Amino acid sequence: MADALLQIENLSKRFGGIQASDRISLAIPDGELHAVIGPNGAGKTTLVSQLSGQIAPDSGRISFAGVDITGLPMHRRSAGGLARSFQITSLFLDISALDNVALAVQAHAGHSFRFWRDARGEAELRQPARAALERVGLGARADWPASALSHGEHRQLELAMALAGRPRMLLLDEPMAGMGPDESARMVTMLRALKQEVTILLIEHDMEAVFALADRITVLVYGRVIASGAPAEIRANAQVRDAYLGEQEAVS
Amino acid sequence: MSGALTPRNVVIAALLVGLALLPLYVSITGDRFLLTLFTRIVILAMAAVSLNLILGYGGMMSFGHAAYLGIGGYTVAILAFEGVQSGFVQWPLALAASALFALVVGALSLRTRGVYFIMITLAFAQMAYYLASGMARYGGDDGLGLDSRSQFAGLLNLSNKTTFYYVCLILLCASILLVWRLTISRFGMVLRGTRSNETRMRAIGFPTYRYKLAGFVIAGTMCGLAGALVANHTDFVSPAMMYWTRSGDLIVMVVLGGMGTLFGPVFGALALLFLEQFLPTLISAVVRPFNPAGAVKAGEYWQIVLGPLLLLVVLFARGGIDGLLRMLSSRERHG
Repeated sequence: MADALLQIENLSKRFGGIQASDRISLAIPDGELHAVIGPNGAGKTTLVSQLSGQIAPDSGRISFAGVDITGLPMHRRSAGGLARSFQITSLFLDISALDNVALAVQAHAGHSFRFWRDARGEAELRQPARAALERVGLGARADWPASALSHGEHRQLELAMALAGRPRMLLLDEPMAGMGPDESARMVTMLRALKQEVTILLIEHDMEAVFALADRITVLVYGRVIASGAPAEIRANAQVRDAYLGEQEAVS
Repeated sequence: MSGALTPRNVVIAALLVGLALLPLYVSITGDRFLLTLFTRIVILAMAAVSLNLILGYGGMMSFGHAAYLGIGGYTVAILAFEGVQSGFVQWPLALAASALFALVVGALSLRTRGVYFIMITLAFAQMAYYLASGMARYGGDDGLGLDSRSQFAGLLNLSNKTTFYYVCLILLCASILLVWRLTISRFGMVLRGTRSNETRMRAIGFPTYRYKLAGFVIAGTMCGLAGALVANHTDFVSPAMMYWTRSGDLIVMVVLGGMGTLFGPVFGALALLFLEQFLPTLISAVVRPFNPAGAVKAGEYWQIVLGPLLLLVVLFARGGIDGLLRMLSSRERHG
Protein backbone atom coordinates (compact mmCIF):
# COMPACT_ATOMS: atom_id res chain seq x y z
CA MET A 1 0.00 0.00 0.00
CA ALA A 2 2.08 2.87 -1.29
CA ASP A 3 -0.69 5.37 -0.75
CA ALA A 4 -0.99 4.80 2.99
CA LEU A 5 -0.80 7.97 5.07
CA LEU A 6 1.10 6.24 7.83
CA GLN A 7 3.32 3.32 6.96
CA ILE A 8 5.12 1.29 9.62
CA GLU A 9 7.64 -1.33 8.57
CA ASN A 10 9.27 -3.88 10.86
CA LEU A 11 9.32 -1.61 13.86
CA SER A 12 11.17 -3.13 16.81
CA LYS A 13 11.96 -1.83 20.26
CA ARG A 14 13.43 -3.67 23.22
CA PHE A 15 13.59 -2.51 26.84
CA GLY A 16 16.07 -4.79 28.57
CA GLY A 17 14.46 -8.22 28.48
CA ILE A 18 11.13 -7.05 27.18
CA GLN A 19 10.41 -6.94 23.48
CA ALA A 20 7.98 -4.03 23.50
CA SER A 21 7.64 -3.87 19.73
CA ASP A 22 8.38 -6.93 17.65
CA ARG A 23 8.64 -6.29 13.91
CA ILE A 24 5.39 -4.36 13.75
CA SER A 25 4.20 -3.53 10.24
CA LEU A 26 1.07 -1.52 9.64
CA ALA A 27 -0.32 0.65 6.89
CA ILE A 28 -3.04 3.16 7.64
CA PRO A 29 -4.65 4.79 4.61
CA ASP A 30 -5.88 8.35 4.59
CA GLY A 31 -9.31 8.70 6.24
CA GLU A 32 -9.23 5.47 8.23
CA LEU A 33 -9.89 5.11 11.93
CA HIS A 34 -7.55 2.37 12.91
CA ALA A 35 -7.74 0.92 16.40
CA VAL A 36 -4.92 -0.89 18.15
CA ILE A 37 -6.01 -3.17 20.97
CA GLY A 38 -4.25 -5.65 23.16
CA PRO A 39 -3.88 -6.70 26.78
CA ASN A 40 -1.99 -4.57 29.29
CA GLY A 41 1.71 -4.50 28.56
CA ALA A 42 1.22 -5.39 24.90
CA GLY A 43 3.28 -2.38 23.87
CA LYS A 44 0.52 -0.10 22.63
CA THR A 45 1.77 3.07 24.25
CA THR A 46 5.33 2.20 23.22
CA LEU A 47 4.11 2.01 19.65
CA VAL A 48 2.46 5.43 19.84
CA SER A 49 5.53 6.91 21.49
CA GLN A 50 7.68 5.70 18.61
CA LEU A 51 5.24 7.15 16.12
CA SER A 52 5.19 10.53 17.88
CA GLY A 53 8.97 10.51 18.28
CA GLN A 54 9.20 10.35 22.04
CA ILE A 55 11.00 7.02 21.85
CA ALA A 56 13.45 6.02 19.10
CA PRO A 57 12.91 2.52 17.67
CA ASP A 58 15.80 0.04 17.61
CA SER A 59 15.05 -0.82 14.01
CA GLY A 60 12.37 -0.42 11.40
CA ARG A 61 10.97 2.48 9.48
CA ILE A 62 8.07 4.90 9.85
CA SER A 63 6.87 7.04 7.01
CA PHE A 64 4.16 9.65 7.10
CA ALA A 65 2.60 11.08 3.93
CA GLY A 66 5.38 9.48 1.91
CA VAL A 67 8.20 10.99 4.00
CA ASP A 68 10.51 8.91 6.17
CA ILE A 69 10.07 10.34 9.68
CA THR A 70 11.88 7.61 11.63
CA GLY A 71 14.67 9.96 12.70
CA LEU A 72 12.70 13.17 13.03
CA PRO A 73 12.40 14.84 16.45
CA MET A 74 8.99 15.07 18.09
CA HIS A 75 8.33 18.72 17.30
CA ARG A 76 9.01 18.21 13.58
CA ARG A 77 6.52 15.35 13.39
CA SER A 78 3.91 17.40 15.15
CA ALA A 79 4.56 20.34 12.84
CA GLY A 80 4.20 17.93 9.91
CA GLY A 81 0.64 17.07 10.89
CA LEU A 82 0.99 14.05 13.18
CA ALA A 83 -0.58 14.99 16.52
CA ARG A 84 -0.63 12.95 19.68
CA SER A 85 -2.77 12.95 22.80
CA PHE A 86 -1.49 11.41 26.00
CA GLN A 87 -2.85 8.49 27.97
CA ILE A 88 -1.83 10.09 31.22
CA THR A 89 -3.28 13.54 31.06
CA SER A 90 -0.44 15.92 30.61
CA LEU A 91 -1.76 19.43 30.41
CA PHE A 92 -0.50 22.78 31.56
CA LEU A 93 -2.49 22.90 34.77
CA ASP A 94 -1.55 26.38 35.93
CA ILE A 95 -3.15 28.16 32.97
CA SER A 96 -6.69 28.25 31.56
CA ALA A 97 -8.20 25.68 29.21
CA LEU A 98 -8.17 28.26 26.44
CA ASP A 99 -4.49 29.06 27.13
CA ASN A 100 -3.68 25.38 26.77
CA VAL A 101 -5.28 25.13 23.37
CA ALA A 102 -3.89 28.52 22.28
CA LEU A 103 -0.41 27.15 22.98
CA ALA A 104 -1.13 24.25 20.67
CA VAL A 105 -2.34 26.68 17.99
CA GLN A 106 0.77 28.78 18.49
CA ALA A 107 2.97 25.73 17.95
CA HIS A 108 1.67 25.57 14.41
CA ALA A 109 1.63 29.30 13.70
CA GLY A 110 5.24 29.84 12.74
CA HIS A 111 8.12 30.52 15.11
CA SER A 112 7.51 31.99 18.55
CA PHE A 113 10.38 34.46 18.67
CA ARG A 114 7.88 37.24 19.20
CA PHE A 115 8.88 39.12 22.26
CA TRP A 116 6.52 42.00 22.85
CA ARG A 117 2.90 41.58 21.82
CA ASP A 118 0.48 40.10 24.35
CA ALA A 119 -0.12 36.56 23.12
CA ARG A 120 -3.42 36.38 25.00
CA GLY A 121 -4.68 39.29 22.90
CA GLU A 122 -3.92 37.73 19.53
CA ALA A 123 -7.10 36.74 17.73
CA GLU A 124 -4.99 34.63 15.41
CA LEU A 125 -4.31 32.30 18.35
CA ARG A 126 -7.44 32.73 20.43
CA GLN A 127 -10.09 32.17 17.76
CA PRO A 128 -8.89 28.79 16.50
CA ALA A 129 -8.34 27.76 20.13
CA ARG A 130 -11.88 28.71 21.05
CA ALA A 131 -13.18 26.85 18.00
CA ALA A 132 -11.31 23.68 18.98
CA LEU A 133 -12.73 23.91 22.51
CA GLU A 134 -16.26 24.31 21.13
CA ARG A 135 -15.66 21.31 18.95
CA VAL A 136 -14.94 19.01 21.87
CA GLY A 137 -17.75 20.50 23.94
CA LEU A 138 -15.63 22.54 26.32
CA GLY A 139 -16.62 25.99 25.10
CA ALA A 140 -18.18 26.91 28.43
CA ARG A 141 -14.99 26.01 30.30
CA ALA A 142 -12.63 28.12 28.20
CA ASP A 143 -11.58 30.47 30.97
CA TRP A 144 -11.38 27.91 33.75
CA PRO A 145 -7.93 26.98 34.96
CA ALA A 146 -7.09 23.55 33.57
CA SER A 147 -6.54 22.31 37.12
CA ALA A 148 -10.21 22.94 37.96
CA LEU A 149 -11.59 20.69 35.19
CA SER A 150 -12.85 17.15 35.81
CA HIS A 151 -11.02 14.10 34.58
CA GLY A 152 -13.33 13.64 31.63
CA GLU A 153 -12.92 17.28 30.71
CA HIS A 154 -9.17 16.87 30.81
CA ARG A 155 -9.48 14.15 28.19
CA GLN A 156 -11.61 16.45 26.05
CA LEU A 157 -9.07 19.22 26.48
CA GLU A 158 -6.32 16.85 25.38
CA LEU A 159 -8.29 16.20 22.22
CA ALA A 160 -8.87 19.90 21.62
CA MET A 161 -5.13 20.50 21.86
CA ALA A 162 -4.41 17.74 19.39
CA LEU A 163 -7.02 19.17 17.02
CA ALA A 164 -5.80 22.74 17.36
CA GLY A 165 -2.84 22.13 15.10
CA ARG A 166 -5.15 20.99 12.27
CA PRO A 167 -3.35 17.67 12.03
CA ARG A 168 -3.68 15.19 9.17
CA MET A 169 -3.54 12.35 11.62
CA LEU A 170 -4.32 11.95 15.30
CA LEU A 171 -2.61 9.47 17.59
CA LEU A 172 -5.04 8.97 20.46
CA ASP A 173 -3.74 7.05 23.44
CA GLU A 174 -6.71 5.83 25.47
CA PRO A 175 -8.85 8.94 25.18
CA MET A 176 -11.56 7.29 27.29
CA ALA A 177 -9.34 6.07 30.12
CA GLY A 178 -11.01 6.64 33.46
CA MET A 179 -14.19 8.08 31.97
CA GLY A 180 -17.67 7.29 33.19
CA PRO A 181 -20.23 5.71 30.80
CA ASP A 182 -21.80 9.08 29.94
CA GLU A 183 -18.51 10.74 29.21
CA SER A 184 -17.39 7.75 27.15
CA ALA A 185 -20.55 7.86 25.09
CA ARG A 186 -20.01 11.55 24.39
CA MET A 187 -16.42 10.90 23.39
CA VAL A 188 -17.54 8.15 20.97
CA THR A 189 -19.99 10.55 19.34
CA MET A 190 -17.25 13.13 19.03
CA LEU A 191 -14.72 10.73 17.55
CA ARG A 192 -17.31 9.52 15.06
CA ALA A 193 -17.69 13.09 13.85
CA LEU A 194 -13.94 13.64 13.82
CA LYS A 195 -13.14 10.60 11.73
CA GLN A 196 -14.85 12.23 8.78
CA GLU A 197 -12.05 14.79 8.65
CA VAL A 198 -8.91 13.28 10.06
CA THR A 199 -7.15 9.94 10.01
CA ILE A 200 -7.00 8.44 13.49
CA LEU A 201 -4.93 5.80 15.20
CA LEU A 202 -6.84 4.90 18.35
CA ILE A 203 -5.56 2.95 21.29
CA GLU A 204 -8.40 2.03 23.59
CA HIS A 205 -9.42 -0.51 26.19
CA ASP A 206 -13.12 0.14 25.84
CA MET A 207 -14.05 -2.66 23.39
CA GLU A 208 -17.54 -1.35 22.84
CA ALA A 209 -16.11 1.95 21.68
CA VAL A 210 -13.46 0.29 19.53
CA PHE A 211 -15.91 -1.93 17.69
CA ALA A 212 -18.31 0.97 17.25
CA LEU A 213 -15.73 3.29 15.76
CA ALA A 214 -12.93 1.43 14.04
CA ASP A 215 -12.69 0.79 10.29
CA ARG A 216 -9.93 -1.66 10.97
CA ILE A 217 -8.45 -3.15 14.12
CA THR A 218 -4.97 -4.41 14.88
CA VAL A 219 -4.38 -6.72 17.81
CA LEU A 220 -1.05 -6.46 19.60
CA VAL A 221 0.17 -9.12 22.04
CA TYR A 222 3.66 -9.02 23.57
CA GLY A 223 4.68 -6.41 21.01
CA ARG A 224 3.59 -8.50 18.03
CA VAL A 225 0.73 -8.03 15.61
CA ILE A 226 -1.33 -11.22 15.86
CA ALA A 227 -4.21 -10.02 13.72
CA SER A 228 -5.26 -7.07 11.66
CA GLY A 229 -8.53 -6.56 9.83
CA ALA A 230 -12.10 -5.33 9.85
CA PRO A 231 -13.98 -5.49 13.19
CA ALA A 232 -16.00 -8.52 12.08
CA GLU A 233 -12.84 -10.46 11.15
CA ILE A 234 -11.21 -9.61 14.46
CA ARG A 235 -14.28 -10.68 16.38
CA ALA A 236 -14.26 -14.00 14.55
CA ASN A 237 -10.52 -14.60 14.85
CA ALA A 238 -9.85 -17.57 17.13
CA GLN A 239 -6.34 -16.54 18.01
CA VAL A 240 -7.53 -13.12 19.14
CA ARG A 241 -10.28 -14.68 21.23
CA ASP A 242 -7.77 -16.89 22.96
CA ALA A 243 -5.23 -14.18 23.57
CA TYR A 244 -7.42 -11.32 24.42
CA LEU A 245 -11.13 -11.04 23.87
CA GLY A 246 -12.02 -14.28 25.59
CA GLU A 247 -9.92 -13.32 28.56
CA GLN A 248 -11.69 -9.97 28.73
CA GLU A 249 -15.10 -11.55 28.63
CA ALA A 250 -14.10 -13.99 31.32
CA VAL A 251 -13.06 -11.11 33.51
CA SER A 252 -16.14 -8.99 32.99
CA MET B 1 -1.63 42.11 36.37
CA SER B 2 -4.93 43.49 37.46
CA GLY B 3 -5.35 47.19 37.81
CA ALA B 4 -7.39 46.86 41.00
CA LEU B 5 -6.46 48.67 44.20
CA THR B 6 -5.37 45.54 46.05
CA PRO B 7 -2.86 45.68 48.91
CA ARG B 8 -0.33 44.10 46.57
CA ASN B 9 -0.69 46.76 43.93
CA VAL B 10 -0.63 49.51 46.55
CA VAL B 11 2.64 48.15 47.95
CA ILE B 12 4.15 47.96 44.47
CA ALA B 13 3.08 51.52 43.69
CA ALA B 14 4.40 52.73 47.05
CA LEU B 15 7.69 50.95 46.39
CA LEU B 16 8.11 52.62 43.00
CA VAL B 17 7.18 56.05 44.31
CA GLY B 18 9.46 55.56 47.30
CA LEU B 19 12.38 54.57 45.08
CA ALA B 20 11.73 57.53 42.80
CA LEU B 21 11.60 60.01 45.69
CA LEU B 22 14.50 58.57 47.67
CA PRO B 23 17.10 61.15 46.48
CA LEU B 24 14.75 63.90 47.63
CA TYR B 25 14.64 62.37 51.12
CA VAL B 26 18.41 61.96 51.07
CA SER B 27 18.97 65.59 50.09
CA ILE B 28 16.76 66.70 53.00
CA THR B 29 18.32 64.45 55.62
CA GLY B 30 21.81 64.43 54.15
CA ASP B 31 22.01 60.66 54.67
CA ARG B 32 24.36 59.83 51.77
CA PHE B 33 24.77 56.28 52.98
CA LEU B 34 21.13 55.54 52.27
CA LEU B 35 21.60 56.55 48.63
CA THR B 36 24.60 54.25 48.30
CA LEU B 37 22.67 51.37 49.87
CA PHE B 38 19.68 51.88 47.63
CA THR B 39 21.79 52.18 44.49
CA ARG B 40 23.18 48.77 45.37
CA ILE B 41 19.69 47.41 46.02
CA VAL B 42 18.41 48.71 42.69
CA ILE B 43 21.34 47.23 40.75
CA LEU B 44 21.10 43.82 42.40
CA ALA B 45 17.32 43.90 42.00
CA MET B 46 17.95 44.21 38.28
CA ALA B 47 20.23 41.18 38.39
CA ALA B 48 17.54 39.29 40.30
CA VAL B 49 14.88 40.36 37.79
CA SER B 50 17.03 38.91 35.01
CA LEU B 51 17.54 35.65 36.91
CA ASN B 52 13.81 35.46 37.57
CA LEU B 53 13.15 35.38 33.82
CA ILE B 54 14.86 32.01 33.49
CA LEU B 55 14.45 30.67 37.04
CA GLY B 56 10.94 31.85 37.81
CA TYR B 57 9.31 31.85 34.41
CA GLY B 58 11.50 29.35 32.58
CA GLY B 59 12.15 26.86 35.39
CA MET B 60 15.91 26.91 34.65
CA MET B 61 17.77 26.63 37.94
CA SER B 62 20.90 28.56 36.93
CA PHE B 63 23.42 28.50 39.74
CA GLY B 64 25.95 30.72 38.01
CA HIS B 65 24.14 33.92 37.41
CA ALA B 66 26.66 36.08 39.29
CA ALA B 67 29.15 35.31 36.51
CA TYR B 68 27.36 37.87 34.34
CA LEU B 69 27.73 40.52 37.03
CA GLY B 70 31.45 39.84 36.89
CA ILE B 71 31.68 39.72 33.11
CA GLY B 72 29.76 42.96 32.69
CA GLY B 73 31.79 44.59 35.45
CA TYR B 74 35.16 43.36 34.26
CA THR B 75 34.43 44.44 30.68
CA VAL B 76 33.88 47.99 31.88
CA ALA B 77 36.85 47.94 34.26
CA ILE B 78 39.29 46.41 31.78
CA LEU B 79 38.29 48.83 29.02
CA ALA B 80 38.71 51.74 31.46
CA PHE B 81 42.09 50.38 32.51
CA GLU B 82 43.15 50.18 28.87
CA GLY B 83 42.10 53.77 28.28
CA VAL B 84 38.62 53.33 26.79
CA GLN B 85 36.44 55.49 29.01
CA SER B 86 33.41 55.88 26.77
CA GLY B 87 30.26 54.21 28.07
CA PHE B 88 29.03 54.04 24.49
CA VAL B 89 31.79 51.51 23.91
CA GLN B 90 32.01 49.94 27.37
CA TRP B 91 28.35 49.14 27.94
CA PRO B 92 27.54 47.55 24.56
CA LEU B 93 30.69 45.46 24.87
CA ALA B 94 29.71 44.44 28.42
CA LEU B 95 26.34 43.30 27.05
CA ALA B 96 27.95 41.49 24.12
CA ALA B 97 30.46 39.68 26.34
CA SER B 98 27.70 38.57 28.72
CA ALA B 99 25.50 37.45 25.83
CA LEU B 100 28.33 35.43 24.33
CA PHE B 101 29.12 33.77 27.65
CA ALA B 102 25.43 32.98 28.16
CA LEU B 103 25.23 31.53 24.67
CA VAL B 104 28.12 29.15 25.32
CA VAL B 105 26.98 28.14 28.82
CA GLY B 106 23.36 27.80 27.72
CA ALA B 107 24.14 25.84 24.57
CA LEU B 108 25.91 23.21 26.66
CA SER B 109 23.97 23.23 29.92
CA LEU B 110 20.48 23.28 28.40
CA ARG B 111 21.10 19.87 26.90
CA THR B 112 21.02 18.52 30.43
CA ARG B 113 18.40 18.58 33.14
CA GLY B 114 18.00 18.87 36.88
CA VAL B 115 21.12 18.56 38.99
CA TYR B 116 23.39 18.36 35.93
CA PHE B 117 22.10 21.68 34.67
CA ILE B 118 22.75 23.28 38.06
CA MET B 119 26.26 21.82 38.22
CA ILE B 120 27.22 22.95 34.72
CA THR B 121 26.05 26.52 35.23
CA LEU B 122 27.89 26.54 38.56
CA ALA B 123 31.05 25.13 36.96
CA PHE B 124 31.11 27.79 34.24
CA ALA B 125 30.66 30.57 36.78
CA GLN B 126 33.51 29.19 38.87
CA MET B 127 35.65 29.05 35.73
CA ALA B 128 34.97 32.75 35.17
CA TYR B 129 35.87 33.36 38.80
CA TYR B 130 39.22 31.59 38.52
CA LEU B 131 39.94 33.19 35.18
CA ALA B 132 39.50 36.64 36.73
CA SER B 133 41.69 35.59 39.68
CA GLY B 134 44.38 34.60 37.23
CA MET B 135 44.47 37.83 35.23
CA ALA B 136 47.59 39.34 36.79
CA ARG B 137 47.50 42.41 34.57
CA TYR B 138 44.05 43.24 35.90
CA GLY B 139 44.76 42.77 39.57
CA GLY B 140 44.19 39.01 39.92
CA ASP B 141 42.66 38.16 43.28
CA ASP B 142 42.92 41.74 44.47
CA GLY B 143 40.60 43.06 41.81
CA LEU B 144 40.82 46.15 39.69
CA GLY B 145 39.89 49.73 40.52
CA LEU B 146 38.26 52.17 38.11
CA ASP B 147 39.95 55.54 37.72
CA SER B 148 36.82 57.04 36.31
CA ARG B 149 33.27 56.00 35.68
CA SER B 150 31.86 55.41 32.19
CA GLN B 151 31.78 58.61 30.15
CA PHE B 152 28.72 59.46 28.09
CA ALA B 153 30.08 62.38 26.07
CA GLY B 154 29.05 64.86 28.75
CA LEU B 155 25.39 63.83 28.52
CA LEU B 156 25.42 62.01 31.83
CA ASN B 157 27.73 62.40 34.78
CA LEU B 158 27.71 59.03 36.52
CA SER B 159 29.98 60.37 39.25
CA ASN B 160 27.04 62.38 40.51
CA LYS B 161 25.46 59.96 42.95
CA THR B 162 21.91 61.12 42.35
CA THR B 163 22.28 60.94 38.57
CA PHE B 164 23.78 57.48 38.84
CA TYR B 165 20.99 56.34 41.14
CA TYR B 166 18.38 57.48 38.64
CA VAL B 167 20.21 55.80 35.75
CA CYS B 168 20.12 52.54 37.73
CA LEU B 169 16.47 52.99 38.69
CA ILE B 170 15.41 53.71 35.10
CA LEU B 171 17.29 50.66 33.88
CA LEU B 172 15.64 48.54 36.59
CA CYS B 173 12.21 49.76 35.50
CA ALA B 174 13.12 49.11 31.88
CA SER B 175 14.17 45.56 32.67
CA ILE B 176 10.94 44.93 34.59
CA LEU B 177 8.99 46.28 31.62
CA LEU B 178 10.99 44.06 29.27
CA VAL B 179 10.44 40.95 31.41
CA TRP B 180 6.73 41.76 31.61
CA ARG B 181 6.35 42.01 27.83
CA LEU B 182 8.56 38.97 27.29
CA THR B 183 6.52 36.81 29.61
CA ILE B 184 3.14 37.68 28.12
CA SER B 185 4.35 37.40 24.52
CA ARG B 186 4.33 34.25 22.42
CA PHE B 187 7.92 33.71 23.48
CA GLY B 188 6.91 33.92 27.13
CA MET B 189 4.07 31.46 26.64
CA VAL B 190 6.58 28.95 25.28
CA LEU B 191 8.98 29.61 28.16
CA ARG B 192 6.25 29.13 30.77
CA GLY B 193 4.84 26.10 29.04
CA THR B 194 8.29 24.57 29.01
CA ARG B 195 8.68 25.10 32.76
CA SER B 196 5.34 23.43 33.33
CA ASN B 197 5.72 20.44 30.98
CA GLU B 198 8.57 20.30 28.52
CA THR B 199 7.77 16.91 26.98
CA ARG B 200 4.30 18.09 26.21
CA MET B 201 5.63 21.26 24.62
CA ARG B 202 7.73 19.20 22.24
CA ALA B 203 4.79 16.93 21.51
CA ILE B 204 2.63 19.85 20.42
CA GLY B 205 5.39 20.99 18.11
CA PHE B 206 7.75 23.39 19.94
CA PRO B 207 11.51 23.01 19.56
CA THR B 208 11.93 23.93 23.23
CA TYR B 209 15.74 24.00 23.30
CA ARG B 210 16.11 27.09 21.16
CA TYR B 211 13.51 29.03 23.15
CA LYS B 212 15.16 28.13 26.43
CA LEU B 213 18.50 29.15 25.00
CA ALA B 214 17.09 32.49 23.84
CA GLY B 215 15.69 33.12 27.32
CA PHE B 216 19.00 32.13 28.88
CA VAL B 217 20.92 34.60 26.67
CA ILE B 218 18.46 37.45 27.29
CA ALA B 219 18.72 36.93 31.06
CA GLY B 220 22.52 36.77 30.93
CA THR B 221 22.71 39.95 28.87
CA MET B 222 20.43 41.84 31.25
CA CYS B 223 22.54 40.72 34.18
CA GLY B 224 25.67 41.83 32.31
CA LEU B 225 24.24 45.34 32.25
CA ALA B 226 23.72 45.14 36.00
CA GLY B 227 27.40 44.12 36.21
CA ALA B 228 28.45 47.24 34.29
CA LEU B 229 26.45 49.24 36.84
CA VAL B 230 28.09 47.47 39.78
CA ALA B 231 31.55 48.37 38.45
CA ASN B 232 30.52 52.00 38.14
CA HIS B 233 28.89 51.99 41.54
CA THR B 234 31.80 50.60 43.54
CA ASP B 235 34.54 51.91 41.19
CA PHE B 236 36.01 48.48 41.60
CA VAL B 237 35.69 44.92 40.35
CA SER B 238 37.05 41.71 41.83
CA PRO B 239 36.65 37.98 41.27
CA ALA B 240 34.59 37.83 44.47
CA MET B 241 31.59 39.30 42.66
CA MET B 242 31.40 36.08 40.63
CA TYR B 243 31.87 33.66 43.51
CA TRP B 244 29.19 31.00 43.75
CA THR B 245 27.78 32.38 46.98
CA ARG B 246 26.96 35.56 45.04
CA SER B 247 24.93 33.43 42.62
CA GLY B 248 23.28 31.94 45.68
CA ASP B 249 22.37 35.41 46.92
CA LEU B 250 20.61 36.13 43.63
CA ILE B 251 18.64 32.89 43.89
CA VAL B 252 17.69 33.76 47.47
CA MET B 253 16.42 37.17 46.31
CA VAL B 254 14.24 35.56 43.67
CA VAL B 255 12.86 32.86 45.97
CA LEU B 256 12.39 35.22 48.92
CA GLY B 257 10.60 37.77 46.76
CA GLY B 258 8.50 35.30 44.78
CA MET B 259 9.55 33.24 41.77
CA GLY B 260 7.83 33.96 38.50
CA THR B 261 6.31 37.23 39.65
CA LEU B 262 7.12 40.57 38.11
CA PHE B 263 8.09 42.51 41.22
CA GLY B 264 9.08 39.58 43.45
CA PRO B 265 12.81 39.89 42.73
CA VAL B 266 12.72 43.59 43.64
CA PHE B 267 11.08 42.77 46.98
CA GLY B 268 13.61 39.97 47.44
CA ALA B 269 16.62 42.19 46.76
CA LEU B 270 15.25 44.86 49.07
CA ALA B 271 14.56 42.36 51.85
CA LEU B 272 17.87 40.49 51.61
CA LEU B 273 20.06 43.58 51.43
CA PHE B 274 18.13 45.25 54.25
CA LEU B 275 18.61 42.18 56.41
CA GLU B 276 22.27 42.01 55.46
CA GLN B 277 22.63 45.67 56.43
CA PHE B 278 20.59 45.89 59.59
CA LEU B 279 20.44 42.41 61.12
CA PRO B 280 23.98 42.66 62.56
CA THR B 281 23.10 45.95 64.29
CA LEU B 282 19.83 44.54 65.50
CA ILE B 283 21.44 41.40 66.89
CA SER B 284 24.13 43.43 68.61
CA ALA B 285 21.49 45.62 70.20
CA VAL B 286 19.60 42.58 71.48
CA VAL B 287 22.73 40.88 72.83
CA ARG B 288 24.31 44.00 74.39
CA PRO B 289 22.32 44.03 77.69
CA PHE B 290 23.36 40.45 78.38
CA ASN B 291 26.93 40.48 77.11
CA PRO B 292 28.30 43.95 76.32
CA ALA B 293 31.70 42.62 75.26
CA GLY B 294 30.39 40.06 72.78
CA ALA B 295 27.67 42.20 71.22
CA VAL B 296 29.54 43.27 68.08
CA LYS B 297 30.86 39.77 67.57
CA ALA B 298 27.33 38.37 67.86
CA GLY B 299 26.22 40.70 65.08
CA GLU B 300 28.61 38.96 62.72
CA TYR B 301 26.51 35.85 63.01
CA TRP B 302 23.48 37.52 61.42
CA GLN B 303 23.15 34.68 58.95
CA ILE B 304 22.09 32.41 61.80
CA VAL B 305 18.91 34.47 61.87
CA LEU B 306 18.68 34.81 58.09
CA GLY B 307 18.81 31.05 57.51
CA PRO B 308 15.73 30.10 59.58
CA LEU B 309 13.93 33.13 58.16
CA LEU B 310 14.48 31.81 54.63
CA LEU B 311 13.39 28.38 55.74
CA LEU B 312 10.13 29.82 57.06
CA VAL B 313 9.50 31.59 53.77
CA VAL B 314 10.11 28.43 51.76
CA LEU B 315 7.98 26.30 54.07
CA PHE B 316 5.06 28.60 54.76
CA ALA B 317 5.02 31.25 52.04
CA ARG B 318 5.63 29.41 48.81
CA GLY B 319 5.11 32.51 46.72
CA GLY B 320 7.59 34.52 48.78
CA ILE B 321 6.87 38.12 49.67
CA ASP B 322 4.79 38.60 46.55
CA GLY B 323 2.80 35.52 47.51
CA LEU B 324 2.06 36.98 50.95
CA LEU B 325 0.88 40.23 49.39
CA ARG B 326 -1.26 38.28 46.95
CA MET B 327 -2.80 36.35 49.82
CA LEU B 328 -3.64 39.62 51.57
CA SER B 329 -5.14 40.90 48.34
CA SER B 330 -7.42 37.93 47.77
CA ARG B 331 -8.48 37.87 51.43
CA GLU B 332 -9.51 41.50 51.13
CA ARG B 333 -11.52 40.77 48.01
CA HIS B 334 -13.36 37.81 49.48
CA GLY B 335 -13.74 39.03 53.05
